[in-house]
Formats: sequence, C-alpha cells, structure tokens
Amino acid sequence: MDLVERTQAALAGIFPESAAAATPPAGEGGQEAPPRERGVLAVDPARHGCHFDVLCRPDEVAAVAIVLDREGFFLETISGVDWLDKGQFEVVYDYSRLGGEHCRVMVHALVDRGEPVVPTISDVFPAADWHERETFDFYGIHFQGHPHLIRILLPEDADFHPLRKDYMP
Amino acid sequence: MTVPVHLRHDETFVLNLGPQHPATHGVLRVKLTMDGEYVVKAEPVLGYIHRMHEKMAESGTFAQFMPYTARMDYLHALAFNHGWALVVEKAAGIEVPERAEYIRVITVELNRIASHLLWWAAFLLDLGGFTPLLYAFDDRERIIDLLERVTGSRLTYCYLRFGGVYNDIDDEFITGARDFIKRLRGRLPRLYHDLVTHNIILIKRIENIGFITSEQCRRYGATGPVARGSGINYDIRKNEPYSVYPEFDFDVPVFDEGDSMARYMVRMHEIEQSMRIIEQALDKLPGGPVMGKAPKMLKPEAGYYYSAVETARGSLGHRLVCNGDKAPYKLKLRSPTFSNLSLFGEVAEGMMLADALAFMGSLDLVIPEIDR
Amino acid sequence: METSMWRALLYLVGLLIFAGVNAAWLGWCERKGAARIQRRIGPCEAGFAGLLQPLADGLKLMSKQLLVPQGVDGIIFRVAPVLAMIPAITSMAVIPFSENIGARAMELSVLLLFALASIGMISILLGGWASGNKYAIISAARSVSQSLAYEIPMLLTVITVVLISGSINLREIAIDQQGGFWHWNIFRLKNGHFLTMWISFIIFFICSVAETNRAPFDMAEAESELVAGFMTEYSSMGFGLFMMGEYLNIVVGACLTATLFLGGWDCPFGLTPGVWWFVVKIYALIFTFIWIRWTYPRTQIYRLLNLSWKILIPFSMANLLVTAALIKVF
Repeated sequence: MDLVERTQAALAGIFPESAAAATPPAGEGGQEAPPRERGVLAVDPARHGCHFDVLCRPDEVAAVAIVLDREGFFLETISGVDWLDKGQFEVVYDYSRLGGEHCRVMVHALVDRGEPVVPTISDVFPAADWHERETFDFYGIHFQGHPHLIRILLPEDADFHPLRKDYMP
Repeated sequence: MTVPVHLRHDETFVLNLGPQHPATHGVLRVKLTMDGEYVVKAEPVLGYIHRMHEKMAESGTFAQFMPYTARMDYLHALAFNHGWALVVEKAAGIEVPERAEYIRVITVELNRIASHLLWWAAFLLDLGGFTPLLYAFDDRERIIDLLERVTGSRLTYCYLRFGGVYNDIDDEFITGARDFIKRLRGRLPRLYHDLVTHNIILIKRIENIGFITSEQCRRYGATGPVARGSGINYDIRKNEPYSVYPEFDFDVPVFDEGDSMARYMVRMHEIEQSMRIIEQALDKLPGGPVMGKAPKMLKPEAGYYYSAVETARGSLGHRLVCNGDKAPYKLKLRSPTFSNLSLFGEVAEGMMLADALAFMGSLDLVIPEIDR
Repeated sequence: METSMWRALLYLVGLLIFAGVNAAWLGWCERKGAARIQRRIGPCEAGFAGLLQPLADGLKLMSKQLLVPQGVDGIIFRVAPVLAMIPAITSMAVIPFSENIGARAMELSVLLLFALASIGMISILLGGWASGNKYAIISAARSVSQSLAYEIPMLLTVITVVLISGSINLREIAIDQQGGFWHWNIFRLKNGHFLTMWISFIIFFICSVAETNRAPFDMAEAESELVAGFMTEYSSMGFGLFMMGEYLNIVVGACLTATLFLGGWDCPFGLTPGVWWFVVKIYALIFTFIWIRWTYPRTQIYRLLNLSWKILIPFSMANLLVTAALIKVF
C-alpha cells in the first residue's frame, strides 16, 4: 500500500462517511455552489499542490493533527483566510512528508468571525507554536490551549490584526 | 559541550542578544537566560524587520508582487522569484517554454551557490575567522556579475515572469558561467577545504555541537540543509520535482551526524551539486523563446493552491487562495528559516554561549525571510 | 645634571617614542598584513601606502566624545584603559635591546615582567567589571580565567630557561646565548638542551598568544559572541588606549620570546650582534602573531582552558623535570 492510500485510510478513521465523497473541490464553483460537507477529498496534486483536501470542524483539527503525526507528517505552515462576506475565518494547515514518498495534505476549518477560537495543535507539533502565534497576530484567531499566545511579528503593543479584510490602516 | 551540565535555574541573568548583535547578521533578537556562560533558555524574538509582505501581495496584482519576493531572502532571491512564479503558473495554468525553464534552473542554481558561499563566509566570521569571508566574496562577486548581466540587478532580482523569464542569456553569460565553475572547482579543495574545512580548530568547534535529531526536524518542520544534516533525505528538487530538475543528474548530500559539522558539509557538497546541475543545463540548453503566452492580467480560478521550491535554506511554500479576482485573495509564505529557527530554543538549552552562537550560524538564518 | 639623570631622561623619551610608534604603526602593520592575507590592498589613502592612517585614526579617536554610560563605576571605568597602557610601557624598561641598550638591567627583570603582565590583565577585568555591561562582565570573567590558566605553563617554561642560564636577569640570559644560533636556548647544543627547549618555546609562544588576548585565543573580545567584550562601553581614547595597550603587550611578548629563546640581540651566525638583530626577531615574531590571527578561527573558552590545564601544564611540568635532569646529568 503506498503512502497516499495509507494516508487516505488513516484519515478515513476520522471521517468515515466521506470516503466516497465526489463533490468538486471547495470554492471552485463560486459562491453559488452549496457549502461543502466536512471530509476528505482527493485532489489533483499537479493542479492544487496537495493530494488531500480535508475540511473539518475546528474541534477536529487536533484529532487530524494526531493522525497525521502518527503517519510521520510534518507541519509546513498554518495560514488564516478571512472570508469577510461569509462572516467566517478559515484556518489552513499544510502537512507534508520529510523524505521518502511524497504526499501533501491540506486541512482547513472554518470558524465564526465573531468568535474565532480554534484548539491548538502546538502540543502535537511544536512547529505550530510560532505558526499559531503568527495567525493570531495577523487575524486575531485564538488558539485555545496555546501556552504562549502573544504577538510574534508585530510589535507587542499592537492593537490591530492587519490581514483582516476590514482592517484599515 | 558534550558533557551534560547541571543548570541552575535560580541564579540566572537575561542576556539580550540583539536586535543589533554581530552574530545575528540582521535584526534578530534572542532573549537568553544564562547561568554563567551556559544557556538555560533561549527565546528568539522576531519581527524587527517585518514588512507584511502578505498584505502587500493582497493589495496588488499577481505580477506586482514579483519584485517583493526578492526582498525576503535577499541571498537566494531567485528561488523566491521561482516559487512565486510556479504557484501562479500552477493556478493560472500557464505553460513555460523549455528554454526558459533551463535558464531558470541555471540562474537559480548560480544564486544558490552564491547564497551558500555567503553563508560560509558569515559562518566563519561567527567563528572568528575573518579571512575566508574575503575569499568567498571574491567568488560570489563573479556570480553576481554574471547574474547582473542577465537580470539587471545584483541582489534583489525580479527576473522571472509568469510564463518565462524576462531576458534571454547570451554566449558571454554561458562562457562566463563555465569559466566560473572551472574556477570554483579549482578553488574549492584548495582554498575552502584545505584552509578551513580541515582546520582542527574549526572541526573542534563545530563537530558534536548543536545536535538536531531527525525527529526534531519533523516536529519543528525543519527542512533544507538542516534536515539533510540530520539524515533526512529530503530535497524538493528530488522529492517533488518541479521545473526541469528531473532531467538533471545530481545527488542530494545527506549526513547523518546531525551536528553543525554535518550541516556545514551538506552545504559544501551542495555547492558542488549545483555546479553539476548548471553544467548539465548549459550543455543541454535548448533554443526557442524564453517567454510563453501569458495573459496580461491574470485571473486564476478560485481555489486553493500550494507549491514548494527548494531554496538554499529549505522548503519555501506558497499557500495561495484565489477567489477569481486579479489579486491574490490570500498568500501565505512558508519561509524555511522561520521553521528552522523555531527549534533553536530547544536545541540551544544547556549550550555554552559560544557554541549556541556557532549553532545559530549553522542554521543559516536570513532575518528578512523569517520576518517577511 | 649628572649623567645618570641624562641617561634616565634619554631612555624615558626613547622608550615612550618606541612604545608610541609601535602602538600606532603596529595597527597599520596589522591592517596591511591582514589585507595582503585577504588579497586586499588595505589602507592606502592617507599618505604613502596609508602610512599616515594611524595618525588619522588617532586624531579621529581623540576628537570623539568619551562616553561614560550611566551606572558605571566612574573611577575604575576611567582608570582601566590607562592601566592597560602603563604596565606595557613600564615593562620595556627592563628589556635589553642589545648589549648596551637597555634602560635598567635589573636582577629580577623576568619576575618584574610577569608581575606587570598580570597587572595588564587586571585592567581588562576592571574595565569589564566597571562597564556594568553583561557582555563586558562575561568577557572580564573569561579573561581572568584565561590569564590564570596560561600564566602557569608560561612561568613553568620560563623556569627551564632560568635553570639553563642560571639567572633571572634578562640581560644575563641573553648574554648567555651569544655566539651563533646553536647557543640560543631554543636550539642549545650544550648538554643536549635542544631536546626539550623547542617544546618550551612552543608552549611559551602559545601562552604568549593567549596572554596577549590574540586570536585564536581572543576570548575576551570575541566580537561575534561578546560584541566587543570588555571594550563594549568604551569610546574615544578609552578604546584607543586599550588597543594601544594590546599592541604594546604584543611587542613586550615578542621581546621576551626573543630574549628568552632566540638569543636576544645575537646574530644567528655569530657575526654582527646588535640591536638590529633584536628588532628583526621581534618583528618576525609579531608578524607570526598577525599571520596566526588572520588564518585561524577562534576556539571556545572551555577548549582554551582545557588546552592549558590538561595539555600545556602537564607538558611544561614534564619538560621542566627533563630539563632539570639534563642539567643534573651533565
């Protein structure tokens, strides 16, 4: 069983119902498309740069991280996206493999813009520590359970989150 | 020091290393809690040269962001150009002519050699050896002259375009590059290895210092020479090939020791491998145009795109989110040194100050790239 | 006035000129030497081949404000740079430049030189301590442990020389070595001393590099770790005096090495002994100092101390015993 199948099998443990998901990739249909169900989606790596697109609820982020940690993945980065018109923040986690077979997994979760709270995965991947601080810094998304959630790139007394789409300097 | 020491956590003082300090090569600040000369806790403080490139990306068109990419990693700027070009070409489905791909590889690899040479110089400067700096700059200057010929700038290049490169290379560049490789091949064993690598003081200073395990690399997401010095055979040029790298025969140097010496050796071998790539690319260089067809105003389909390239410091990722507009909706830059530096605190604990700084030098930090 | 007064005055002026010229132009030599080693040109604008550069630098340093930061120990902070210069100049009084040139031929001149060298170290300790800067304090602590570690093997090797010459008067040690290089302590044929004395010479030379705080043993001012070490807070001539003191210490170290091991003013072929040979020897040694500095990277402080306590001290002890045995046997 190659890595891609193994990863799919491991992720299926969390999202059993979506094993046969065949909906088009998220967002591609524009805003008219129906919102995507949570689950695993195999996407074209040549086009999108990753093998799996995992949409989950914020409270499942840590569970996915634990599964991917067990499978030997490492955390590339965490990005925030501000969907202002939908009233949501999105947190995107990119996982990849160090050496050996190549597989990239993108995990994303949507949170309410009014109360953006996502559990931390810094206890699973220490790399997440700084990436979560950066996302907090730019978007004001709170990572619950993070040991040291302070600003990292902006001055410590900054009172704004510059990557929010409604941020006016 | 390999002997484990008992650190006292009650009698400590805080040493503010930076933001202006000769060893940080930029405006990095490290808050060191020290017990005498031993580091009890090391906490990097970032952001002193933060310029919010991600916001700049959102507020301009795709093409307008190209010049900014070179301002992050000013030592391997062409790889940052390349990374941005790749992700946008992926998103917009732009084809690149073969000659342009070869030229990209040649210039990026030349730039990689220049970056490693500068790292070598600065690392030796950290260790108190002044003279190698001038020797490395002598060689680096030739690369920069070559690149200036084709790109028009010496450090912060804006050479790549979506669909190709801005300027074709000429015969003078090709002979210049061949001469340079010949020259560096002659100088590497004599000047670089005999004078420095085999120097007993250097070996004693960086061998068995700053151990990073492969598991630490994975947990902190360290890539590039840092991971390859810890026995991880991971190079995006091989593992996730992009551009025309699969057509070249080159090795990925991997060392299992995990100490500063291993990272040193990885980079020295990478210089040789880059020279091999350039030679093959110059031999195989096809004819044809250097610019493909690309629309003036890009509007990639809405969606999520990720693309990674191997810079001199590790894996550079671009997480691009498009909403079908002419500007990126969101661009996140996964800069390699950001992750590489995050393990500094864990590894530096219990080291002596001199060793911690030598270890920091072996990570090859470029501060503007960490702070973006 | 009496002749002895004139003599004292003459030597006072002469030594001050010698010290001043060395302190200024050794900096130029170092920069030129470093530049040649690094395939650069070095200073070349001020005067012929940049020879006026030291004057320009000195003028610049003197015109700068002497900053005394808040929270420093004012008196010690100001005294320390002066204290770096005085012992170095004073040491020159007992150095025999040739058979007839030497301010004082003291009986205990070797001891006096080492006593003064220790005071030079104290200036670094005081300067670092008084600055109230963490880097400076680390540097001061380093320099004390370094000086402590390297004075022991240095003195042990000097004892071998003293045993051979039977004197602790530098002039007599030098006179004892006259008559060609096979009489010099380092190659001494008599009684088979060449067997051990070259080891003494190497140990002594390593120690004098360490004692003068030169690379690769420049732990006290390791600029990539400690910014500028004990000199971090010094500006203007405070800094300038430390620099001049450092160069003068090198001169004294070279003079001592030349006198103890290389026959002082003796010609290698026993022809025309005189002050010129002494000068040739000390500048050859100083060039070696410069050469080493611009070739090697710095070691770590703990390796430096290990080198002394674990290698140099046992070796110099054994060396001393063998030398004493050789003297006893023959």
